[in-house]
Amino acid sequence: MNGLIAILQTVLFVSLAPLLAGWLKLCKCCLQNRKPPSLLQPYRDLLKLTRKHPVVAEQASWIFTKAPYIIFSATLMAASVVPLIAVDLPTSAGADMIVMVGFFAFARFFLALAGLDIGTAFGGMGSSREMTISSLAEPAMLMAVFTLAMAASTTNLSVAIAHVLNEGLVLRPSFVFALFALILVGVAETGRVPVDNPATHLELTMIHEAMILEYSGRHLALIEWASQLKLMLYGVLIANIFLPWGIAETFTAEALLYGLLAIIAKLAVLAIALAISETLLAKMRLFRVQEYLSFAYLLGLLGLLSHIILEVSH
Amino acid sequence: MILILAYAAVLLSFASGLLALLMNQRDNLAALSRYGFKKYPNTIKDGQELVFCSLDEQRFPVLLKQAVFVLLGMSGIFAVLAGLSVLISTDIITDRISLGLPWLPWHVRFDGLSGFFFLIIGIAVSTVSLYGPAYVNAYEEDRHPFAALGLFTGLFVAGMLLVLLADDAFMFMIAWELMSVASYFLVAFQHEHPANRRAAFLYLLMAEVGALAIILGFGVLAGFSDGFTFDALRNAQLSTTWGSIAFGLALLGFGMKAGIFPVHVWLPEAHPAAPSHISALMSGVMLKVAVYGLVRFCFDLLGDVQWQWGVVLLILGTVSALGGILYAMMQPNLKRLLAYSSVENIGIIVMVLGLAMIFLDNGHPQLTALAFLAALLHAFNHALFKNLLFLGAGILHHQTHELNIDMMGGLIKKMPQTSLLFLVGCMSISSLPLFNGFVSEWLAFQAALQADVLDNGVLRSLIPVAAAALALTAALAAACFVKVFGLIFLGQSRSHHSEKAHEVTDKSMLAGPALLAALCFLFGIFPGLVIHLINSVSAQLLEQTMPNDSALGWLWLAPVSAEQASYSPPLVLLAALLAGSATFWYLRRSPETKTMRRAATWDCGFGGVTSRMQYSSGAFTMPLRRIFAKAWLIDERIDKTMQGAMDQDVAAVHYHLHIHDHSWPRLYQPIERGVNSLAKRVGRIQTGNIRTYLGYSFVTLLLMLWVVSQ
Repeated sequence: MNGLIAILQTVLFVSLAPLLAGWLKLCKCCLQNRKPPSLLQPYRDLLKLTRKHPVVAEQASWIFTKAPYIIFSATLMAASVVPLIAVDLPTSAGADMIVMVGFFAFARFFLALAGLDIGTAFGGMGSSREMTISSLAEPAMLMAVFTLAMAASTTNLSVAIAHVLNEGLVLRPSFVFALFALILVGVAETGRVPVDNPATHLELTMIHEAMILEYSGRHLALIEWASQLKLMLYGVLIANIFLPWGIAETFTAEALLYGLLAIIAKLAVLAIALAISETLLAKMRLFRVQEYLSFAYLLGLLGLLSHIILEVSH
Repeated sequence: MILILAYAAVLLSFASGLLALLMNQRDNLAALSRYGFKKYPNTIKDGQELVFCSLDEQRFPVLLKQAVFVLLGMSGIFAVLAGLSVLISTDIITDRISLGLPWLPWHVRFDGLSGFFFLIIGIAVSTVSLYGPAYVNAYEEDRHPFAALGLFTGLFVAGMLLVLLADDAFMFMIAWELMSVASYFLVAFQHEHPANRRAAFLYLLMAEVGALAIILGFGVLAGFSDGFTFDALRNAQLSTTWGSIAFGLALLGFGMKAGIFPVHVWLPEAHPAAPSHISALMSGVMLKVAVYGLVRFCFDLLGDVQWQWGVVLLILGTVSALGGILYAMMQPNLKRLLAYSSVENIGIIVMVLGLAMIFLDNGHPQLTALAFLAALLHAFNHALFKNLLFLGAGILHHQTHELNIDMMGGLIKKMPQTSLLFLVGCMSISSLPLFNGFVSEWLAFQAALQADVLDNGVLRSLIPVAAAALALTAALAAACFVKVFGLIFLGQSRSHHSEKAHEVTDKSMLAGPALLAALCFLFGIFPGLVIHLINSVSAQLLEQTMPNDSALGWLWLAPVSAEQASYSPPLVLLAALLAGSATFWYLRRSPETKTMRRAATWDCGFGGVTSRMQYSSGAFTMPLRRIFAKAWLIDERIDKTMQGAMDQDVAAVHYHLHIHDHSWPRLYQPIERGVNSLAKRVGRIQTGNIRTYLGYSFVTLLLMLWVVSQ
């Protein structure tokens, strides 16, 4: 039964991810006085791509053609670990939050290799920048996650969220730091403004898009879907760790439905906030990103230290 | 029985070294056998033929090389068996060998800790001996005699094994010196290059200074006990000050061998100089012997561990880990890069050992066991994947005659099997889930996250900072090895040699790395296999095992408790395979789009994507070079050659990039200057005049007489 709900949750995760991307685009278009595409446009795009004949560069090796499957599976694994509508599911025990960060690293490793596989300047540029940014973002993310882990004295995401839930609304300084660190990292890792602009193909600024420039057809669909999943995953992490209320603790249909509605509402609000920030902010120069990310790293570390110094009772 | 296995391993490695000496003795052997058969003519005819056949001029060197490596491989297998059996039986076996001085027999002790490192050495030596025969064939006999290589390889392995068996300071130091000196000759093997001679001398110098520090460390312990056996040293009652002095000396000595920052400088020089299978042994195994020495000295002999020592190890380990990977990233030479990455990994091991010390002195034996486990597991894992990568580098060098990764590229299509094995190594060392490097790093994080049990506020905040540095290290390592794999194997060939490269023809050269890659994956999925072995080590050494390693069965890894943290690699693998194959099947179900269309790479419409447009090593790491600019001494220059009227047209542009180690100008050059000026001052009393020297002797004699008469 628990296993079934876990699978259901993962399926929900995968199927709702394009919707979130569509909603985000819709919000952005409204804010920028443009006519928005339909909410379901990302689904149509994915479907269209899977039906197309993929074109692969002559240079490409098996890394290039298998990487999309690896990237998608690794992101899916990460998604299955994160409690979406219910806590206390068996998948969280199989891999904890450190492993989840490891899954991201796995996906990124292959994405960067795929970028280098073709042997163009664009691919190398994208890989180099992606690895640079992620090598600063990943530790910042771990710091934020460790704050939660130390506060709840567990690295199991599900147990940690249940811990926050049971504790009620307590204003912990460490959590405030960790929240901001995670938001900053999330923006960087999912390639949003001000770190990267998913809508641009301008040579000088591309990061994520530069690596996947050569992809087409179902390969592109998988990579796009994986990045939508990643965006949703960060959203769910932020929503469920810091505002876990509404998530189902018992496995009744009612509680699960309530949990689903709660997370949809939370994500919708988060997406609006992201759309506003993307509209207000301009993209940073590449060499400003380090300052941004080391700020996130520092916030994460401050969170951890403030937990240790202020909140541990001896 | 178990000890016989261990002795057999040592003797076999000696034998393989001695056998190699026969390389130049073919004529003598032939004469000897003719003489023997004449004297005893009624021996079997087949036997005679076999002997003469194998003494044939063509076949003799090949057969001898194989025999040498077979002996070495058997030594490795015996070492594995000995290590496994002592770990499983959890016995402590002691013995005495009456070698050396008559009243000083060698004491031998074979316990779990030695057994575990026997296992590491055994695996590495076996794989190297699978790989060796084909690799050494590339050397020309008259320039690089196999006799020297084989002899010192055998002595080197024997020395390492004896270090682990030693139970008194004498035997330990003799074995240690055997290991150091034998490996010096191996580093100096290709001595026609001045750089190699310089590297070998630097290595010898640091090894000997380190050995002096270790001897002094033993001396401090022996000063408080009645003998040099480890049993006596264990019972030494030291004050905290003397204990700390002994610890400091041991740290310096073993740290020099292990390559802890800032005494790591010999590593990046010596590893590229040695033949690849030797650098694999040096980096994968010899550094672990130094870790063994540190563990034996601190946890076993000193016993009374202070948390301040733990802090020292934690800080040094963190600095080594970060420094190692930052320097590794900037190296275009593959073997230098791997050497710096060894500094990083040793740093991680030392950092986690420091955690273990902190927990031990603060009275948290279970967490000590956890941190200790993480450290030893990382030592084991690093031996596997670093061996794999060095052997892979050897194959690349063998096939492309290049070690500069900027000169490779596109090898995945030419060397598919090598590339797959190398990829496994890169993924393990980048600590990606499902591979072995991840497990030990995960355990290290789990140990660091328990820091809030400590009472000391400074420690509680220091450990998370170290954990943060570890996280940064892991992420940088991933970036570094993406670069390594991407530039070597992907893209287009960057040089003529790599264009012409092809897969190794002698498949035995791939067997060793294949075995290591399989082990990397196996222990990534079932880490419990090794963890149980390490638990018996910590049960012996710390009298404490992990809290409940098997709480959830062999499928799970739950170091503290199931609620706190758990990781199940087999389940993750299963789920990932299911997800991957489901999407693979679903997306390729329609026959129309199942095939892929191959087309030219997008060149922005300008035409002609050439290999020079690809990112190079320097370009790939440029953003990081800019971000962490202070970490290196960067010497970057762009020279333009001008031509034409008014010298306005650029004819050629040359880009120079050299990255130097900070420790040379900051640490070593001042020491060098100091030693030189001291030598000059001492030189003043060396007049070269015999009368003055007689005067010195006379004054010394008077002084001595005065001292004696007091």
